[in-house]
This record gives sequence, C-alpha cells and structure tokens, in this order.
Amino acid sequence: MGSHIGVRLVDVVKRFGDVIAVDRINLDVHDGEFFSLLGPSGCGKTTTLRMIGGFEEPTSGLIELDGKDVTWLPPYRRNVNTVFQSYALFPHLSIFENVAFGLRRKKVGDAEIRRRVTEMLALVELAGFERRKPTQLSGGQAQRVALARALINRPAVLLLDEPLGALDLKLRKQMQLELKRIQQEVGITFIYVTHDQEEAMTMSDRIAVMNRGHYEQLADPETLYERPATRFVAGFLGISNLLRGTIVEKAERYAAVRLSGDAVVRLPVAAVNGTSGVEVGVRPEKIRLFGTETPAPEGFNILSGTIRDASYLGVSTQYVVETSTGGRMTVYEQNVERTLHGSLYRPGEDVQLAWSPDHSFAVAPSVAESADEE
Amino acid sequence: MGGPLRRFRFAVPYLLLAPGLLWLTVYYVYPAVQMFIASFWSGSLSQGYTFSLSNWTNYTDAIARYEEQFVRSIVFAGLATLLTFLISFPLAYTIAFRGGRYKNLLLFLVIAPFFTSFLLRVISWRTILGDDGLFLGPLKGAGVVPEDFRLLATPLAVITGIAYNFLPFMTLPIYVSLEKIDRRLLEAGQDLYAAPFMTFRKVTFPLALPGIFAGTLLTFIPAMGDYVNAELLGQTPSTRMIGNVIQSRFLVNNDYPTAAALSFVLMAGILVAVAVYARLLGTEELTSGV
Repeated sequence: MGSHIGVRLVDVVKRFGDVIAVDRINLDVHDGEFFSLLGPSGCGKTTTLRMIGGFEEPTSGLIELDGKDVTWLPPYRRNVNTVFQSYALFPHLSIFENVAFGLRRKKVGDAEIRRRVTEMLALVELAGFERRKPTQLSGGQAQRVALARALINRPAVLLLDEPLGALDLKLRKQMQLELKRIQQEVGITFIYVTHDQEEAMTMSDRIAVMNRGHYEQLADPETLYERPATRFVAGFLGISNLLRGTIVEKAERYAAVRLSGDAVVRLPVAAVNGTSGVEVGVRPEKIRLFGTETPAPEGFNILSGTIRDASYLGVSTQYVVETSTGGRMTVYEQNVERTLHGSLYRPGEDVQLAWSPDHSFAVAPSVAESADEE
Repeated sequence: MGGPLRRFRFAVPYLLLAPGLLWLTVYYVYPAVQMFIASFWSGSLSQGYTFSLSNWTNYTDAIARYEEQFVRSIVFAGLATLLTFLISFPLAYTIAFRGGRYKNLLLFLVIAPFFTSFLLRVISWRTILGDDGLFLGPLKGAGVVPEDFRLLATPLAVITGIAYNFLPFMTLPIYVSLEKIDRRLLEAGQDLYAAPFMTFRKVTFPLALPGIFAGTLLTFIPAMGDYVNAELLGQTPSTRMIGNVIQSRFLVNNDYPTAAALSFVLMAGILVAVAVYARLLGTEELTSGV
C-alpha cells in the first residue's frame, strides 16, 4: 500500500497571463503519505495545491488521482477535500451542519450523518460544540472544525493550505503534533502547503522544496537538511555556510576541494557531480571550535579563523567567525563545556573550525538561477 | 478623557443619541400623537372638531369603507416588491460577482436615474408606457397588439412603476450582502461536493438573506404608502391605493379624522406584516452575529 500512487502530476504547467506560476512539475505522492509543498510566497505551491483540488485548471499537463485522470474534473466531482487557509467555515450554519455539509450533498442518511459527525468531532476533540456557530469559536477550534468538515468525507487526499498560519506560535506547535496524530489515525494522504520549514519538517514524510514554479529538491526532512541539493534549499531550510572552491582531487570516499586562501576541505565524493567548480556547505551546529594551541581531531576539515561576534542564546552560543578563506561562517556551539568553565570565546580570539568531511555537502546553483544565467 | 470629564462618561451615549431623538420627537412623535388625537375627532373643518374616545368608530368606518383600497395596496406593494426582487437579485449578483473593475460604475448606473426627481421619473415612465409611447407605439405599428390596448391606467403600470422606483433600495442592500461573502466559502461549497447551483442554494443565497430582508422592507413599506405611482400611472378606480385615499381625504376632502385613522391602520398593518415576515425569514438570527 505504501508504494501505491495517490496523486500524480505529470508536466503540469500553470500560467496566469504572462506569469508562469507552475513550471512543468512532475510529482508522485504515495498513499497515506504526509507530503508537504514548502517554499516562499509566490513559489507556486498554493497554485499546485489548487490544481489538485480542482480550483484551477492547469494550462497543460495531467493530474491523476488514484490512477484516474481528473485534470478537467470540477472540485465537486473529485474525491479530494481541502482545509482552507482561513478555514472558510459557513457562518450561517452550526458546527454540526458545517461538518455534515459534504455528507448531506452525498445524500447520506440522517442517522449515519449524526453518527459520523459525532465521531469526527470527537476525533478533533470538539465533542459538544455541535450547536455553536463558527463565530463562537477560537482560531484553534475553527481550524479543527475545518479539518473535521474535510476529513468526514473520507477523501482519497486531504489538501491543507497553510492551515495553521493564523494561529499563534504555541497553538501552532500543538496543532502540528495533533495534525500528525490525526493523519496517522485516519491514514489519509495529506498534501500540506506551508512556507514554514520547521512546520514542514515536524510533520512530513516527504517535502518538495519549491522555488519559482519548480521544486528544487524532493526528499525526506533529514535528507533535505543534511544533504541539501541546491543553494536555495540549503538557505531555505535552516542556516548553511557555503564555501566556493575547486575540486582538486577525487579519491575513493572523499573529494578534496581547494577554497580561496589555499585551504583544502574534503567532502563525500558522492556529493559532487561532474563540474570542477563547487560550493561546499556545512551546517553551523556541525562545526566545532578549538583554540589555536589545541590539536584538532584527525581527519576533520580544518579552517583557521577569528571570532567576530558571539551571541549567547541560552541553549547555544552563536559565533560569527571570519575564516582564512576570507568569508564569514556561522557556528552554533551547545552551551555545555565552555560555559561550565566560564570560557566562551570573545570577539578577536583566534580559533580553529573543525568538522567531519561527512557533514559536508555540495550544492548546485538553484534551478531558477541557472535558468537565468542561460 | 480628563479627570473631571470622566464622571460624565455615562452621559456620552445619551449625548450621541440626543440629536436623533430630538429630530424624531419633533418630526415623528409629535405629528404621530397629533394624528392619533385627530383620528378620534368628529366634526368638520368649517364647524370645528371635537375629541372623544367614542369616535373609535372612525377606525371601523374607515376600514369598512376602504377595505378594497387596503387590500389593493397590499397586493400591489407585494407584487411590486416581488418584481423588484426578481430584477434586483440577478442584477446585484452580477455586479457583485462578475462586475470586476466595473463594479463601481455599474453601481453608479443603478442609482444614476435617482439624480432626477421622483416625479419626473414617474412622468417619464408614463411616456414610456403611453398608448403610443416608446413601447406600445412600435408594437401597434407592427400590428402585434390591438389599437385599443393600454398599459397606462392598468394595475400593471402602477406595479411596474413602483418596482422601477424602488429598484435601488432593493439592489443595494442585496449587493452589499453578496459582496461581502468570502469567495472561499463558495470554493468550500464546491470542495464539499456541491455543484455551482447547489452552492448557490446552500451558501450564497442564505448569506444574502439579510440583504434580501432589508431590501424587501425598504421596498414594501414605502410601496404600501405610495400614491404618486397610482396617481400618475393609474388614475382609475381600479388602481386606487390606500395612499391615494389618505391623500384625498386629507387634502381634498379635509376629512382629517378618517385620514388619520387610515394612516394608523396602515402603520399597524405594516408593523404586523413586517413582524410576521421577520419571523418567517428567521432574520433575527441571520442579521445578528453573521
């Protein structure tokens, strides 16, 4: 069941006049998967979602649901339901009738509607709210009703368009976990649109990181974070230090890259492709700092540098280090050892930066950027 | 608000209400009381009037004598309101949902005729419906309708005249209630398996009800008391409405007691009708909180 394709997009293009919102997307979403479309505003993620929902027709391309072509089917004939960004609850109907709306259209009997609405409101922990009106709900409650109203129809796919955007941070975190729980409980495919990378990482099985109408990388959260494929992905998910260099040697496991300033760092050979020019990346928390007298660990990539800024953040300290390559790198250090000895580095101190070659990755310029350069 | 003024804070709502209350007292309460007193008068303008509660028979006499005109007013106003609604709703719907950047222009066009006077509009309507007017002239010329066919001086002329004159009062409130409907609600309707017409029935129309309620009241109430349309487009016994009777009792016959009694009956009748209507539409719930 896991490998069965729930939603398939083939060469989907959407133009609005001269603007290309979605530029030839190919996508397979598996049954029962929590799939996210992540990207900044205007990247085409919402348009993609709306085409799956049937609210926009693609300019060209094919959309399949459960193996059937639904490209030209209107929303009311698709076995797909949507949780809208601002919930879009019907203000003139009670919570009960809001949730029952889809079943009523399908002419389900009264007794079964009552049973299923009760069951669904229990699932989203809103039992007893049947008679209220949407205006009498808090944001979080309205969000749950929107979810219940969509899920009760047992759609093949549930589309969620930034459903947590209007909630405050604490409630958002709580709802993220709850959404994941509900998704696992009902086993329905979720396609989730968000611009919040942390939200996407928390809930998703796989994420497509979108930029300017394409996705730049499609992978599970860990791969996206540890092995971002493009400069855009490396920058959009968390912070990355990127170092431009030239490949000077390819050995069995590692390739060596010469950076400006003649420093050489290594990275897994699998991460580099044909070209000799490359950008090497490393995440700030992967770097360890050593004093100039301390020998750095064997086999690590080592750069020397000078602390330019130190910010104590509680959990960690964030350093900005100017390195021998001429660039600045960000380093996060957990506040364990050094705080104990009261010996945080201060601006102006010389240090060594060390990280394992396995924590290095190489990024390609973004798809959109390379297109611009052509 | 400064310290000393804070003590008078409780007075602020009353101060804000005062101009309106004063206005209503002078121009509504006082004349209404005066009229109410007049409705219990007996006598005549030349011999003087005397007040007596025993003159309550003014009411029963008035109702008995002008029952026909009362009923006709209800029927005409009702039909005119229905006609106005049938024209206004599609109009308001189209402007609200399809108007695009022409919305304001289209709304302006709806009220544009109202820059000319009410009387002029009714008189021009008379020209349009005239026996050899814009409408019937060519039809008669082509032999489609017989020579002696008339629109003017028929109930139809009066009803369409009223409908024409109250069109904006129906269109604008309906437009406002349609305009403020969140378009995503319509998408949500379709998302939940309601085809466009079903979405209209279950989402758009119910959400437009407050506007429909306001529009029908703004049309029906003045239409009930209207006499200009019946006077200028009707002018036959079979189109006489209660407004015409009140007008002629007051200004032609100087029969103040009967005119006053008729006015009160009309007012009470409208109040009851509106109460029943509000009950039927359940609008109390709709207009509050949505």
